[in-house]
Amino acid sequence: MTDISEAFVTALHLLVSFDPNLIEIVGLSLRVSLSAVALAVLIGLPVGAALALFKFPGKNAIVVFVNALMGLPPVVVGLVVYLMLSRAGPLGVFGLLFTPGAMIAAQAILVTPIVAALTRQVVADLWVEYSEQMRSMGAGPVSAIPALLYDARFTLVTAILAGFGRASAEVGAVMIVGGNIDHVTRVMTTAIALEVSKGDLALALGLGIVLITISLGINAATYTVKQRAEAVWT
Amino acid sequence: MFKFKTLFIAAILALSLGTAHAADKFITVASTTSTANSGLFDFLLPKFTDKTGIEVRVVAVGTGKAIKLAQNGDADVLFVHHKPSEEKFVKEGFGVKRSDVMYNDFVMVGPKSDPAGIKGMKKAGEALKKIASSNSPFASRGDNSGTNKKELELWKGAGIDPTGAGNKWYSATGSGMGATLNVASGMNAYSLTDRATWLKFKNKGDLAILVEGDPVLFNQYGIILVNPKKHAHVKTELGQTFIDWVIGKEGQKLINEYQILGNQAFFANAQPGT
Amino acid sequence: MNDATPRATTADASMSRTARASIMPLRVEDVSFDAGGKRLVDHVSFELAAGPRTFILGPNGAGKSLTLRLCHGLLTPSTGRVVWEGASPNEDPLKRQAMVFQRPVLLRRTVAQNIDYALKLHNVPPADRPGVVDDVLNRTGLARFAKSPARHLSGGEQQKLALARAWATKPEVLFLDEPTASLDPAATHAVENIIDTMHGEGTRIVMTTHDLAQAKRHADEVIFIYAGRVLEKTPADEFFSSPRSGEAAAFLEGELRW
Repeated sequence: MTDISEAFVTALHLLVSFDPNLIEIVGLSLRVSLSAVALAVLIGLPVGAALALFKFPGKNAIVVFVNALMGLPPVVVGLVVYLMLSRAGPLGVFGLLFTPGAMIAAQAILVTPIVAALTRQVVADLWVEYSEQMRSMGAGPVSAIPALLYDARFTLVTAILAGFGRASAEVGAVMIVGGNIDHVTRVMTTAIALEVSKGDLALALGLGIVLITISLGINAATYTVKQRAEAVWT
Repeated sequence: MFKFKTLFIAAILALSLGTAHAADKFITVASTTSTANSGLFDFLLPKFTDKTGIEVRVVAVGTGKAIKLAQNGDADVLFVHHKPSEEKFVKEGFGVKRSDVMYNDFVMVGPKSDPAGIKGMKKAGEALKKIASSNSPFASRGDNSGTNKKELELWKGAGIDPTGAGNKWYSATGSGMGATLNVASGMNAYSLTDRATWLKFKNKGDLAILVEGDPVLFNQYGIILVNPKKHAHVKTELGQTFIDWVIGKEGQKLINEYQILGNQAFFANAQPGT
Repeated sequence: MNDATPRATTADASMSRTARASIMPLRVEDVSFDAGGKRLVDHVSFELAAGPRTFILGPNGAGKSLTLRLCHGLLTPSTGRVVWEGASPNEDPLKRQAMVFQRPVLLRRTVAQNIDYALKLHNVPPADRPGVVDDVLNRTGLARFAKSPARHLSGGEQQKLALARAWATKPEVLFLDEPTASLDPAATHAVENIIDTMHGEGTRIVMTTHDLAQAKRHADEVIFIYAGRVLEKTPADEFFSSPRSGEAAAFLEGELRW
């Protein structure tokens, strides 16, 4: 139990002292996860909306597949991305392995299905309400997509937050493709794993508390803004 | 809305461009968790970087995986501690040449109550026999790492196959040294660990060193440049500069100077002129 | 883009509209509609020419709303076809019509943005849109709400906005599906006024209602639907004074469930 109380003291100390190493690690974590989420949003929003609006053969199978991909194990994604980016792999020539870029790619793969699947649901629900009016105004599914995404913006924030949560919490993928290199690819979760392996459970838990605090802050801020805006517009 | 879009795209660009501008003069070294966790690299590498301007990026994994990374060309230098595997790596043409760097030693740790009664034994093999015959819990890496390979060699030498079915006292954690020590500490099990990791390890619980000093427990480290003939992109020159420094006068002296809690952790033993 | 370009207004646009050939008349040819194994609209045929206000009347479940949607093109007939005689082959007649629903579907944006979006869908250039938006908001009495969130308006104002949005696109034909069914008398009156004004400017009105008094006030022509079939299509005076079918007579007596 001393580990737990020590962890809180460590966490508080890390937060108050603005430990430069910690700031570097937190900065990289945010950069990697936010970039991955941004990529996932760029791909997942249109894909999810298209799955909601278009009818085509095999659509149900694809929807089930995308939903299942939400449960992709990070280690497997990490392994696949490693095999692609490894010098011995097809994309090896770019030398991306063990860089933040590789970590962004791996996390984007993890997050995109979440954003796409949740977007599909949200847009499908909104389309039930909007479809007659939109079609009456002459909007086909293609021209309706941007409008639906825009009008679902507050609900989609929740989908994006879910994606960010997944990205910032996972360790399996970034560990493999990033290599947890000090000052280069070390992020919050890999730093925690490292401290656990050193048996420094208090520091590991302290870092964990810092991670949770940051995540809580981001979620609380977004949620507040979303609630206020939602109350006005819907 | 357009302003927001512009900002958003600019932010993504800034974030992704940021990835490119880290130091361009760097090498990637595949090494082991135990080496990294010992803190030796944190002590050694900044001094090398100061002198040469070459950044050393260490990817710390188990020996088995480190060798695999080097085989795939994902590292420039391999710095591990399992001589037979290293020699095989060079023989298969993946490495240019293997050089001894230093050694430390393995120790057998276990609960202070010592149910198998091995404390102070001089022969590691005999100690393992007593652990097996008393069915005392033993936590193994089970991850094909250098330490794991060493442990399995010791069991083989003692004529015991601990991995056989029914040996419930033997747990293979399939994870790193620290994680395995966490398991041993949690279940009061015996385990084999390198001394440096042990000294740095903070979650010792009720564990203590019980057997040490047997020559078979010595743990030799080697360093190998990945063969540019297999992977043309290997940074031969920078990698060789690092190897020359590590096995040279300055590197060797620094290795001997590195201490964990007042104990010398590694013993430099590179042969001059190699 | 160019400040010197005069902004289009509804008046300008209605001129340009009359310059184009009308898409009327509308011919509904032997149209049926099936759903869930039931025939809900049963071999309906009629023709609507330019001009009068047509009210579709009939008891609940007769198929009034379905007929409106089939005409507008929101539903595809199971048999038969809907033909806009005047539409040229390379244009989408839907773009020359609009529809207003019982419950207005407003986008989660401001009042002005709701209208702007409809104009965008009708390919009105961005520079021309604010003028049209201001104009229809003024004419529907919604100007002071321009920047308010659309979904915070009262029920009556929301329906006025739905009408303004339709108006802005200068429809040649406006379909209305019980537009005043959930409104109070004052709002109903305001909505009727807007419909009348649009009609006065040349928009063809086709509307369903539950409100017989409203139909008597505004209808020029009545289509009476019963059990999915058109039983009468007669001038309004004639329909209300001497209905031809027994069903219509019973309906007007209030003896049919509706």
